[in-house]
Amino acid sequence: MTYLEALIQHSVALIIAVPLLSAFLMPLVSRVHPILRNIFALLMLTVTGCFIGLLTTDVLANGPRIYIFGAKELTLPLVRILFEVDGINVFMAIITIILAIIAVIYSWSFLDKQDGLDKYYTLLLLVVTSALGMEMTGDVFNFFVFLEISCIASCALIAFWIAEGEALEAAFKYIVISSVGALFVLFAVGIFYAQYNALNIATIAQAIQFSFLDKIALILLVVVLGMKAGLAPMHMWLPDAYGRAPPSVTLVIMSATLASFYGVLRILFTLYGNILPTSIRFDLPLNVVLGWILIVLAVVSILIGVIMALIQSDLMRLIGYAAVAEVGYMFLAIGTTIAALGAPYATVALHGGILHVLNDALDIGLLFLVAGAIYYVTKKRSLDDIGGLARTMKFTTVFFIIGLLAVAGMPPLNGFTSKFLIYESVYQLNPILSIIALLCSILMLAIFIKVLYATFFGPELPELKDVKEAPKSMLLAMGIVAGLAIFIGLFPNLFLDSLVKPAADALLNHTQYITTIVGGI
Amino acid sequence: MTEMTRIVKTIANILFPFTMIFGLYIITHGHLTPGGGFQGGAVIASGCALLLVTYGSRWVLTRIKEKRLAAFESMGAIGFITIALLGIVFSMVFFGNFLAGSNLLFGNVPATGSTLADLNTGGVLPLMNFAVGVKVIAGLFVIILIMSYASSIKEWGQ
Repeated sequence: MTYLEALIQHSVALIIAVPLLSAFLMPLVSRVHPILRNIFALLMLTVTGCFIGLLTTDVLANGPRIYIFGAKELTLPLVRILFEVDGINVFMAIITIILAIIAVIYSWSFLDKQDGLDKYYTLLLLVVTSALGMEMTGDVFNFFVFLEISCIASCALIAFWIAEGEALEAAFKYIVISSVGALFVLFAVGIFYAQYNALNIATIAQAIQFSFLDKIALILLVVVLGMKAGLAPMHMWLPDAYGRAPPSVTLVIMSATLASFYGVLRILFTLYGNILPTSIRFDLPLNVVLGWILIVLAVVSILIGVIMALIQSDLMRLIGYAAVAEVGYMFLAIGTTIAALGAPYATVALHGGILHVLNDALDIGLLFLVAGAIYYVTKKRSLDDIGGLARTMKFTTVFFIIGLLAVAGMPPLNGFTSKFLIYESVYQLNPILSIIALLCSILMLAIFIKVLYATFFGPELPELKDVKEAPKSMLLAMGIVAGLAIFIGLFPNLFLDSLVKPAADALLNHTQYITTIVGGI
Repeated sequence: MTEMTRIVKTIANILFPFTMIFGLYIITHGHLTPGGGFQGGAVIASGCALLLVTYGSRWVLTRIKEKRLAAFESMGAIGFITIALLGIVFSMVFFGNFLAGSNLLFGNVPATGSTLADLNTGGVLPLMNFAVGVKVIAGLFVIILIMSYASSIKEWGQ
């Protein structure tokens, strides 16, 4: 076995181990020098990114890969903790690591005068670890453990600006909602364990019966993970948490949120994949019922997100509501896929939904970074107190324009591709849904044009005369995101063919996930 | 917290060593009996809380720095992950139990059946229990210390 093969084989474990180890090394490293601490965080995340890259090339070439902790091969009964990585897992891991690296670059100057940064970086790396763990694990209980880690670490990070009462309130709301949610996940895990005597996703998926208890578990898991992803009736924590945390924190919390979205995908397509076509009552198959419930919730979150964004005057909170709407688009695509399982346009919808995860992370992330830059130079949050910033902050203005066009789905930026795929496929299910989605997208453009005029254009405010351009590291972080957004917008097929299609195939072809583990014994 | 009377202090002096030894017993026997690093660490941290209650937070804070405790906490976690990573080096798998059966430290492999008496088994499990124990002792103690410090700021101001 060559070193490269060994490295690829162990990269599955190292992707979790490296950020976890560096999180706990951080308090010791930051005693030496603050700059060494920043370099260390960046370096370790880059190393993790390299492992993810290695793993991605291998998984895309050779199919799913499993890693067993503490043993060389699987034995019956299946009690080992194991990670199973296929196309969708590496896709999500790439998004997480991109967001994490950008957050660390951004916080280099954004938080340079703050206290307690050793703990900040420790928690940041823990959130990254937990998001990566949720995205790669092949075990439902392990999923719960990583979910809990992400709850606690994110809560402490949201309360980073603890002197502001609202940050504390947002953090409290987040910890209450997510710990109750995590307990529901634990309950569902208990249901699976009681029935199938297994915790492994593949084993449960093979044996699942859709008894009364399984229905309860399905509802609990979808509700909780939908809540963690920010789906409509349970979205109330999201604008608070996103709007009150420092933007660099928002980026990593967004990666944890998207990991919960991945959880919904894995549960619907893989865990319950075998029984999706069973009819539950009145000849209605489960997939149609489930799909339409998700579609309705998705449309509600798009509408709530856009309408609430319209009336906000706090910039970060406004972007938080836009993020709710974007989550709605993802769930609209997933709901369509499930409702029309087997139809050709279902696959198109899934491609759009999965690509939109990446695009949402980049677009909303870019807008938050710009809002953070505005807060950094003016120390003001409300749109009423800022104006005429384009005179001094040229680069930030350009980045904001890129972000708003991307989030509204305008060509040639990245949002266009995924939203177009979603409109096109949803139209074939029901034209009205597509029209609502399109109109809300236009409304989003209008909202952000309003924000653009309110913050960057218009008369110069006397008290904002001496603001300067944001520091270089923040511009670099925004530049990377904007560059990625333009690149994906110009060459969408590159991403669709190389990353999104394998991810969608991994979800639709759930038997492959099951046989990789169950067949290998 | 203010210090308590001589009676309480004397009782605490007698109880403290027993609490420590019981906690260490639970940690070292983690791989044989119920309990382990977390439970034993919690017992020892409760012994430290006993000191805090009887002698007052000022007395404790002059002797123990919370920064040092935080460093110990990190080291516990680092130790745990390092042992897991050593598994990759020695037995080609993350979390691999490379000490079991090696006739080195904790390397005995007992015959099947009840072997509660043989402490020298378990491979890397006892080492991981120690690492978790160090983390839990330092972590819980620093939490109690900070809470007592926060509650006594008002008293000290007077």
